[in-house]
Amino acid sequence: MGESINDSELDALRAGDEAAFQSLIQRYHGPMLRLAMTYVGDRGVAEEVVQEAWLTCVRSLGRFEGRSSLKTWIFGIVINVARSRRRKESRILPFASFWRRDDSDSRRPTVDQSRFGSDGMWRSGPPSWDNLPESKVLGDEIVQQVRAAIEGLPQKQREVIVLRDVAGFEAGEVSVMLGISPANERVRLHRARAAVRQALEEYLR
Amino acid sequence: MNCRQVVELMTEYIEGTLSIDERTRFEEHIAGCDGCRAYLAQMRTARQLARRLADEPIPPTLERELLDAFRNWRRV
Repeated sequence: MGESINDSELDALRAGDEAAFQSLIQRYHGPMLRLAMTYVGDRGVAEEVVQEAWLTCVRSLGRFEGRSSLKTWIFGIVINVARSRRRKESRILPFASFWRRDDSDSRRPTVDQSRFGSDGMWRSGPPSWDNLPESKVLGDEIVQQVRAAIEGLPQKQREVIVLRDVAGFEAGEVSVMLGISPANERVRLHRARAAVRQALEEYLR
Repeated sequence: MNCRQVVELMTEYIEGTLSIDERTRFEEHIAGCDGCRAYLAQMRTARQLARRLADEPIPPTLERELLDAFRNWRRV
């Protein structure tokens, strides 16, 4: 997903090339769904968001000016559609997680401080995963652990890790899309990745 | 640099945003610290696994609907 879309793909879409469109919707479905789920808790609603976002893209393709990459434009539409959908949903159903305390921008330590001695060195370091069976460390089940860990993050961290690590955007693109500073983007990303790593450590223990 | 400081610089290191000085001290620490080396490898593993969440096939009904919409847009 990290590949940037070249102009020829945009040209193909504008020329009505169905195969080009199909390749795009297949490639981006996973990351778009993950991104939508960052804002709306329910998978069914997230699928509707993805659908609405694509329909918006199709209708607006003629007006797309190419100031950003096509991929950035498409995912930006997902964010807008999902945020607007969440505003509607939250009027009906207040998700507890949306009101939860969010320490995404805090610089507090991401690792339990009791794991370090008074000299700041590991007292109980992370157990190595090198000797675990590959099927356990790289299998499908652990990917579901990562999914659950990401879904459990505060939203500000979730949107950053989904855009950067799942959808494969560059760090600079992520901060522009979310309207946050590069430093903020990194703090949130760090908290998110540290939380996912910690969840994996617990799972693999 | 001690381990407590190094773990909080992991993302800056992976993202390549540490200053040359910080990067050098980070790498010096990592070279002699099994715990922090394991931690760094695990942060990278977490990242690679997150990437696999992108591999989700589009449901066939949605794919058909979108292709129809694209075809119709073409005709307009």
